[in-house]
Amino acid sequence: MNPPPAAQPNQPRSPGELLRVFSALALQGFGGVLPIAQRELVERRQWLTQEQFVETLSIGQVLPGPNIVNMALMIGDRFFGWRGAFAALAGLLALPLMIVMTLAVLYARFAAEPLVAGALHGMGAVAAGLIVAMALKLVPTLARNPLGRVPCALALLATLVVVGGLRWPMAYAVLGIGGAAVAAAWWRLGHAR
Amino acid sequence: MASGADWWALFAHFLAMSMLAIGGAVAVAPEIHRYVVVQRGWIDDTQFSAAIALAQASPGPNLMFVPVIGYAVAGFGGAALALVGMLVPSTTLALAATRWGGKRRESRGVRAFVAGMAPITIGLLLSTGGLLALPHAQQPAAWVLGLATVVLMLRTAINPVWLIAAGATVGALGWI
Repeated sequence: MNPPPAAQPNQPRSPGELLRVFSALALQGFGGVLPIAQRELVERRQWLTQEQFVETLSIGQVLPGPNIVNMALMIGDRFFGWRGAFAALAGLLALPLMIVMTLAVLYARFAAEPLVAGALHGMGAVAAGLIVAMALKLVPTLARNPLGRVPCALALLATLVVVGGLRWPMAYAVLGIGGAAVAAAWWRLGHAR
Repeated sequence: MASGADWWALFAHFLAMSMLAIGGAVAVAPEIHRYVVVQRGWIDDTQFSAAIALAQASPGPNLMFVPVIGYAVAGFGGAALALVGMLVPSTTLALAATRWGGKRRESRGVRAFVAGMAPITIGLLLSTGGLLALPHAQQPAAWVLGLATVVLMLRTAINPVWLIAAGATVGALGWI
């Protein structure tokens, strides 16, 4: 993660600029900040090349925690060390947190009002659809998965049954099914050469 | 929720969720629901669904449903504990791993991990969607709204905030 300086066409001038830019992109992101981050950081400001962005994203995906939070930390760290990391993180979280907490307080105050309860009920149905759509958009990426299509489908369905259907603790799915799938992928990657 | 042990239990739960959230915060929503609603009974299904819906209606990262759940459980203190718990383990690891991961992302171990966890993540996201659909299971109009959302998100580039607004309008009018 220490590319030659020539690979970085532009740089933020200060941690304060990181804070401002991440605040601005967080406020534009409804239903996911990643696409906005790609447009703003790579295409408009050119702080990162496309390759650096994808590389940072792929590391962020291996790590636990929300991808965009991990990416903000890594990008901030790349320019200004831990001060940059925290500036980017603060920018990403501060204003969205204020907005969502304002909504939470208003909801708690007016939850008994039929109008508010009805609105949240309708929003819940849409939220379910948004998350299902997010999952379905990821399904085609499994075609290129080294695990193979059938094992991928089995692992996906098993997770859905165990967590969504039977409501068993998620650790069973992540450690049991996930562990088996990672072991199978390891084995397949070894034999693919 | 009153005792110190409960505060600690809330915080410890989100510390653990932080480390399990490999597919993002929404992927651990079923586990948070299992603990906070089913096991502890701190909040009910309606409050849980509302937390996710409010976060989807707000700009910013998806993990913003976490402090809203914390708030529903125990006010602003609960919100702070839930968010800090959700962030500290994963951010610490991310900072430590920044230089480590770049060199090894092509290694067999990292590739096997990414490949193996991908179908699990999708299964967890679908479970979250199912969980949110559950309060609407007996309502055909809500199913139509949810399915229309899925189709529009897959087929068009519409900003999801308009769909949330449509859902709020339809719901406030009492049509579902």
